Amino acid sequence: MTTTQPTKLRVRQAVLQALHDELESDPDVIVMGEDIATAGGAFKCTEGLVDTFGPRRVIDTPISEMGFLGAAVGAAATGLKPVVEMMFVEFIGVALDQLTTEASRLRYLSRGQVTVPLVVRASAGAGLGFGCQHSQMLDYWFRGVGGLKVCVASNAQNAYGLLRAAIRDPDPVVVLEPRILYGERQDVVLGEEGIVPLGEARLVAAGDDVTIVTAGAMVSVAEQAAPLMSGTSCEIIDLQTLVPWDKRAVVDSVSRTGRLVVVEEGPFTGGWSNDVAAHVSAELFGSLRTPVLRITCPDVPVPHSTELERRFLPSPEYVAEQTTQLIENGRTPSPWWAREEKAL
Amino acid sequence: MNETVNRSSAETSLDRRAALQGSRLEWLARMVEIRRVEENVQTLYNDGHIRGSTHLSNGQEAVSVGIAVAARPTDMVTCTYRGHGTALALGVSPEGVLGEICGRSIGCIGGVGGSMHLGDTTVGLFPTFAIVGAGVPVAAGAALTAWVRGTDDASIAIFGDGSTNIGAFHETLNMAGIFKLPVVFVCENNLYGEYTRINLSTPVENIADRAASYGMPGVAVDGQDVDEVIAAVQAALDRARAGDGPTLLEMKTYRYSGHSRADPGTYRPDGELDAWKQRDPIDILRQRLLESGDATDQEIADLDVRVEERVAQAVASVLASPAPDVAEMLRHVTATTG
Repeated sequence: MTTTQPTKLRVRQAVLQALHDELESDPDVIVMGEDIATAGGAFKCTEGLVDTFGPRRVIDTPISEMGFLGAAVGAAATGLKPVVEMMFVEFIGVALDQLTTEASRLRYLSRGQVTVPLVVRASAGAGLGFGCQHSQMLDYWFRGVGGLKVCVASNAQNAYGLLRAAIRDPDPVVVLEPRILYGERQDVVLGEEGIVPLGEARLVAAGDDVTIVTAGAMVSVAEQAAPLMSGTSCEIIDLQTLVPWDKRAVVDSVSRTGRLVVVEEGPFTGGWSNDVAAHVSAELFGSLRTPVLRITCPDVPVPHSTELERRFLPSPEYVAEQTTQLIENGRTPSPWWAREEKAL
Repeated sequence: MNETVNRSSAETSLDRRAALQGSRLEWLARMVEIRRVEENVQTLYNDGHIRGSTHLSNGQEAVSVGIAVAARPTDMVTCTYRGHGTALALGVSPEGVLGEICGRSIGCIGGVGGSMHLGDTTVGLFPTFAIVGAGVPVAAGAALTAWVRGTDDASIAIFGDGSTNIGAFHETLNMAGIFKLPVVFVCENNLYGEYTRINLSTPVENIADRAASYGMPGVAVDGQDVDEVIAAVQAALDRARAGDGPTLLEMKTYRYSGHSRADPGTYRPDGELDAWKQRDPIDILRQRLLESGDATDQEIADLDVRVEERVAQAVASVLASPAPDVAEMLRHVTATTG
């Protein structure tokens, strides 16, 4: 059924709907993970699916990430389209070999005989006080591998649409779902119309003075930051897909605004904002009105305390302050932790 | 190009696999072929045609050929980087194997993989896995596909004794036990995990005993006897196809060489290698064929010559084969770079 009439859904319901729709339309799709069938998923993203599609298509696994991710690789390589849930993205650490060294290489090593239409979806990110082993984005574990695609949901619509596109993609895709967003309730266009193609950025807000490129939970932070900068017109771009990222959309925008700020929930070292900054600086050197500014988290474990975690993540106020300083001074301001570190 | 070359180049991997169903003499021919190909690996390395590492399986030929005889070409197989024998047994041509090892375009995956990555899905061989234990869950995944679709396909994971100390092995056997997946786990226990003897790395003498934890039968098999290997693999595959679940087979075998090209294997106790060579899998089968009257001395002598020529011809083709085109490096990374 195709409908362009939006439906109000929470982000986790949008994920559930995407899984439902793909399970329904393609008998090769299966869903696997810890506590996803009978219990409906730790974040309720798979609730009720086993009742509709049965235990051979919605499969509870033991707590054996390497085992079930590896099995998903083998199933994908022999014709199924498995969607694996990693309850927290950190849990993939014990299974990383299967994704980065096996799944991503089978097409190459078989000269295209073997394809791996595998999706790994994982809750990710900070903001809920889960502490440093359950709060990271970890996209940097996947981005430089080659042979893997990586995308990040930022709202109910792309939580639905990116997941459906990922399931239909012939290559392995990691879909990161910022778990802080699961409870957000928004309009979603379902059906074919609601599918969000991989590799395409989304224009969140049009503006003239500065382009803010962001993704995931930082999209709404950027949206909240924009009105705090009086007199500055912000263009906001949600990358949606980190690999391959939409270079053209970003370069087109910055070539008009002349300024680029990248807001990333991720480390200062090794974050995807480095790639965006380097590419835009190389492409538009000479026509930029200011240096590129990267606003990230510090290179430290995610702290638990509410007050510390709030500081750890870029806030709307911080994004507005840094961006304003960039525009006023024409050079990049130091990150907040540089001042703190001096005092240590 | 002479007639022999034309005939062999038209022969597909599937033809080579089907040939094993013809006669027991062909099993012997394939085992001899594996031995000769690996002898050439050493020569080609000495002559500067091979880079990187190689891991010979000489001494283990009966396991490779036994699996190939028992399995259907549609049964997916995962195997380790000690995979020359498995690839040849399943049907990959000597040119395909030697060409890949030498990084030439004639190689079974065009020279981008090397010795550790031989594959051909037309005969069920996933590109071989160069990470210890990595292929074990992938084979279970192929079985999962059969389990979901309700077909009678089965899959086979081939791995070494060293793999049985890796988490992937235990996680996979546990999961296969729960779901009764149609998969056969074949451990080639050649007594050494890389440079370390099994008694120093593993607290049980029989790998087969490990099956007990995962609710499946574990069977120790004489891996030097191809008839024993075939019977055991066949029984396990039948059980898998019948929906009765997985089996762990432990093939007691031995590698005559060290772990890799760099390893002379000097850590092995005196006399161990010689003792195993007394039970050489090729000698055992040859003797049995002669005693049973299935083959004459002349037929076996002819077979040796035929294989020798076939492998020599493969070496010549490999040396005449160009390096892969640079564009091959950029292809097959994702669907859009196909």
